[in-house]
Amino acid sequence: MDEFMLIFRHPDGNKVASPEQLQIWMKQTMDWIGGIAAQNKFSAGNGLLFEDSRVVRYNQVVTNGPFGEIKETIGGYIMVKADSVEEAVEFAKGSPVLQGDGNTVEVRKIARRDGLH
Amino acid sequence: MDRQELIPHLFRTEYRKIVAVLCKKFGFDQMDLAEDIVSETFLAATQTWPLEGPPVNPTAWLYSVAKNKARNAFRRLSFFDKKVIPDLKHTLTGFAEQDIDWSSQNIDDSQLQMMFAICHPAIPPEAQIGLALRILCGFGIEEIADAFLTNKETINKRLLRAKEKLRQANLPTELPPAPEIEKRLGPVLKTIYLVFSEGYYSESQDEVLRKDLCLEAMRLCNMLVENTQTNKPQAYALLALMCFHASRFDARMDKNGDWVLYANQDRSLWNEDLILKGGYYLRCASGGDLLTEYHLEASIAYWHTQKTDTREKWENILQLYNRLLQLVYSPIAALNRTYALSRVKGKEEAVKEAEKLMLVGNHFYFILLGELYTGIDDAKAKENFLRALALARTRADKSVIERKLAQFV
Repeated sequence: MDEFMLIFRHPDGNKVASPEQLQIWMKQTMDWIGGIAAQNKFSAGNGLLFEDSRVVRYNQVVTNGPFGEIKETIGGYIMVKADSVEEAVEFAKGSPVLQGDGNTVEVRKIARRDGLH
Repeated sequence: MDRQELIPHLFRTEYRKIVAVLCKKFGFDQMDLAEDIVSETFLAATQTWPLEGPPVNPTAWLYSVAKNKARNAFRRLSFFDKKVIPDLKHTLTGFAEQDIDWSSQNIDDSQLQMMFAICHPAIPPEAQIGLALRILCGFGIEEIADAFLTNKETINKRLLRAKEKLRQANLPTELPPAPEIEKRLGPVLKTIYLVFSEGYYSESQDEVLRKDLCLEAMRLCNMLVENTQTNKPQAYALLALMCFHASRFDARMDKNGDWVLYANQDRSLWNEDLILKGGYYLRCASGGDLLTEYHLEASIAYWHTQKTDTREKWENILQLYNRLLQLVYSPIAALNRTYALSRVKGKEEAVKEAEKLMLVGNHFYFILLGELYTGIDDAKAKENFLRALALARTRADKSVIERKLAQFV
């Protein structure tokens, strides 16, 4: 069984949702992850905050957040166990992130630490 | 108390105390000897009390006889040590001058230390529960065998191996130092929870025994929360969880010994006192940042003690199961989460998720599927209940499924 990372991408990081909307998303996200965990296929996951975000650049230049100058931000990720990329994609399809037009979930296989990757 | 009941009662309450105190004094490698001394002490009681009448203070009598027997035994050992095997690790000299401390403080400390010794990581988990039942709870070999649905020989062998492991581990007779307590508490709580579950979910038909197992687990956990070194939030959380579960003890089995499912229980039989106690311990558990599986399970159990089936109740239970499963997966949590989902989002939604679980060796899985298909697709419901029936092993489980099947005739 392999591990895959499902990365949530939002095209516009400047949009701010209302606390009520955030709470609904949170519940939907937890139901989605709970469904994966109930199949014993959940490994790890984290939401990423906008608060206290920095971008460190060439020549030690530090700027506040990745927003404004780049088009998209990463809102969070989860790691799942799956037999194939197809199975991981099926998990990704259930993500409430995809309710937002333009949002994506990127599915990436985790390199095994077996010295071959 | 009836004279007939006095000795069995004292055996249950005092056996473990005397063994713990003697082991604290002479080391865990002398556990067999300590057990022999206590057995001989009780034998002496059964021989003399019926003739002379029980002593005014039976407990003090037992302690005093045990002390004398211990003194003689250790004199012999000490002689053996010095004259025969001079390089034996334990020195047992100086016993005659020292007395044994029977203060309730020392009895509690000894039992607590015994708890940590038995649940040491060096002792295999399957040995821990047997030793816990025997040495910490004072259960007879026959009772342990009944709880595990096996015979006395198997239990005796298991205990013998477990004690050998304990001897090899050569553990100090004291509580782990403060920085280690947190880590060492984990296996202690796990063993206590296993003792409780053994009682709560046991396939044994002996209801008194099953209840005793639960009460013993709660007593052990209570000792942890009463000691300032071990009263950690996770210990409170486990105690809260057990109180909430135990509150339904009288409601979950009918007069014929058949299970009464949660939804059909007579809620007036739920024990209010235990529910209140659980609530108190759960509040004690919320000190600190730690959120353990026991915290989540206790919170789930708390919501189950709420008598009215509101949407809020099941929504909370669902969210708690979502978090519990991320922390630690178990098939039973996966099934319960799916049931909670059906109460929040309806059966159609829950059936889709249930079909993905694929717990095909588990009869509870097919009971859940049967339940969810009932009213949506009765043919499929019946099919799933039949698969559950084929997998169920105990009479009580089979009877639940047969009652479910009866509705389709």
